[in-house]
Amino acid sequence: MSRRHIISLLMENEAGALSRVAGLFSARAYNIESLTVAPTEDATMSRMTIVSVGSEDIIEQITKQLNKLVDVIKVMDLTEGSHIERELMLVKVRAVGGDREEIKRTADIFRGSIIDVTESTYTIELTGAGSKLDAFLEAIDSGFIIETVRTGASGIGRGERSLKL
Amino acid sequence: MEATGAEIVVRCLAEEGVEFVFGYPGGAVLNIYDEIFKQNKFKHVLVRHEQAAVHAADAYARATGRVGVALVTSGPGVTNAVTGIATAYMDSIPIVVVTGQVPTPAIGLDAFQEVDTVGITRPCVKHNFLVKDVKDLAVTMKKAFIIASTGRPGPVVVDVPKDVTSHITDFVYPDTLEMRSYNPVVKGHGGQMKRAVQMLLEARRPMIYTGGGVVLGDAAEQLAELTHLLGFPVTNTLMGLGGYPATDRQNLGMLGMHGTYEANMAMQHCDVLLAVGARFDDRVIGNPAHFAREQRRIIHIDVDPSSISKRVKVDVPIVGDVKNVLTDMLALLKQAKEKPDAPALNTWWTQIELWRSKNCLKYNRNSPLIKPQYVVEKLWEVTGGDAFVTSDVGQHQMWAAQYYKFDQPRRWINSGGLGTMGVGLPYAMGVQLAFPDAQVACITGESSIQMNIQELSTCKQYRIPVKVVTLNNGYMGMVRQWQEFFYGSRYAESYMESLPDFVKLAESYGHIGMRIDKPEDVEAALKEAFSPALKERMVFMDFQTDPTENVFPMVEGGKGLSEMILAEEL
Repeated sequence: MSRRHIISLLMENEAGALSRVAGLFSARAYNIESLTVAPTEDATMSRMTIVSVGSEDIIEQITKQLNKLVDVIKVMDLTEGSHIERELMLVKVRAVGGDREEIKRTADIFRGSIIDVTESTYTIELTGAGSKLDAFLEAIDSGFIIETVRTGASGIGRGERSLKL
Repeated sequence: MEATGAEIVVRCLAEEGVEFVFGYPGGAVLNIYDEIFKQNKFKHVLVRHEQAAVHAADAYARATGRVGVALVTSGPGVTNAVTGIATAYMDSIPIVVVTGQVPTPAIGLDAFQEVDTVGITRPCVKHNFLVKDVKDLAVTMKKAFIIASTGRPGPVVVDVPKDVTSHITDFVYPDTLEMRSYNPVVKGHGGQMKRAVQMLLEARRPMIYTGGGVVLGDAAEQLAELTHLLGFPVTNTLMGLGGYPATDRQNLGMLGMHGTYEANMAMQHCDVLLAVGARFDDRVIGNPAHFAREQRRIIHIDVDPSSISKRVKVDVPIVGDVKNVLTDMLALLKQAKEKPDAPALNTWWTQIELWRSKNCLKYNRNSPLIKPQYVVEKLWEVTGGDAFVTSDVGQHQMWAAQYYKFDQPRRWINSGGLGTMGVGLPYAMGVQLAFPDAQVACITGESSIQMNIQELSTCKQYRIPVKVVTLNNGYMGMVRQWQEFFYGSRYAESYMESLPDFVKLAESYGHIGMRIDKPEDVEAALKEAFSPALKERMVFMDFQTDPTENVFPMVEGGKGLSEMILAEEL
């Protein structure tokens, strides 16, 4: 049975490290829903979050193959334990006349904030799990949406559960 | 002490104890070649095509167990080398390939002879590096040798821009170094090994299935001891040949697509399977669904965790160096109070002998045409079973694997994973240079040999006395066989027209050429080629073999292991 997994990893902050991971996914035909990467507090290391959908066997292979990459220091499947997932989304919507109030109300319900305003548009910033962002987009009439940009998921283990050296 | 990048490359190779560098010069590596000219620590072997440089380095590694080294220039030098690198990657062979690159300021500007070497080679290397700063060069070279030769071995590419080879820095070569992101597991898990030993002792129809990992991990001795102690049957994959003596009664021969009837049947019907350094690939177990149909418990020892449960789910995974794991399991086995189930084993062996009595490798010995199998059998006799045998890819490769009985590891040198035609001759060169006094035979076909035929020139330059055994059937034999079986005998483009006169060709390079047309001349030709009189000479034997001969047994692609086509059934 296929399930959504959030895989976190620490890797050497080296040129080409990202392409090794991306290349692995395409070469072995693994699904990749989103991928985010940025340096950590230790500038020699990057942390990457990959969201992938696959059966247990496939996800097991993905984590093994990631571990095998020489630049990869540590791999953790966040979805194996309790964790927090967040994603940032910016949505630019057409907002004129009576729709302005309606859209503002919907944004408030989702704890979104309007970060840019023009006479005819709002840009809304929204943070949450991917499913919450999906729900927001569902709640807004798709005819209003001008542009959507999402960062892809980042995740972290709850409590003492952590991915560190 | 200060040194240029080029000096550093050369000194690092010397520090690693490299004996041979196989290469071909070009613009981006001229500084390095200038330093090679000035040194005498290692010998440079000039090949005639970069692909052959990597193959020769690869064969050197396969035969000696040490890291092979190749050196090529940027751009086309690299693209030519890629086939060699991918070949080594698929068979987990430790090589370091140093590639020239355009100067750092020119990178990305589509400079003359520029390719994205790190990008092109990424999917077929264990790891690769682009060295942008001469200060990183020595450490990178050290990392390359460590990564190539430890854990599951593999090729490592070090890409060195031309300006880096002229920049100067202090040269210190580290004895060793730690990499926080690279720590292969060496020792097996104690609990898992106990479970494995228990499972083996409970087995009623056991089977030991061993692959290239036994050869690469230098674990043949431990495997033999374990197998003898248990009294179990054993089979080798194509890559594992020689990992267990072929002439030993407990060996059922090679398994897989062209494996023996007894090995494939035992594999399919066993109740406990011990897999050692093998990866259940498609040419070995056929269709995994068919394989999974039989109930059996599987123990899998492999240094690479990602090889475990990749195609076939296993019950007891043991990650670790094969030699260490087998040594520890032997100790556990010797302490165990239980013994293998003798009556059950007896019944199992009776069944196996029945399978063996099919004599699945028999062929027509009364043919007026030379049978390729006969040539390989005679080669085995004439060389006393003691030669290094390289092969190319196709029917001749399978006949070599089936009929040359390898009793020692590292004697059978072939491209198993990638199946690269053209490896045979450069492989033979790499082996012969490593072992100048050994008998080295290259079993090939008239199609494969032409894919790196230019290396006859390298053999001339360095007086490399390999013996080429060409099984010339005038066809791309394996393609023809599949076309006969599965494409209604429509032989699309599988016929080799306009073959050269190989005798004259060999002679034009200063070698000895022989053409053998009749079965009764086979033995004499081989004896002459391997006689002391021709020990220093390269001999090219062109055996005119039966063009219609096929490789049996055969498991069709996608079929199950026990669904074999045997010779007599056609």
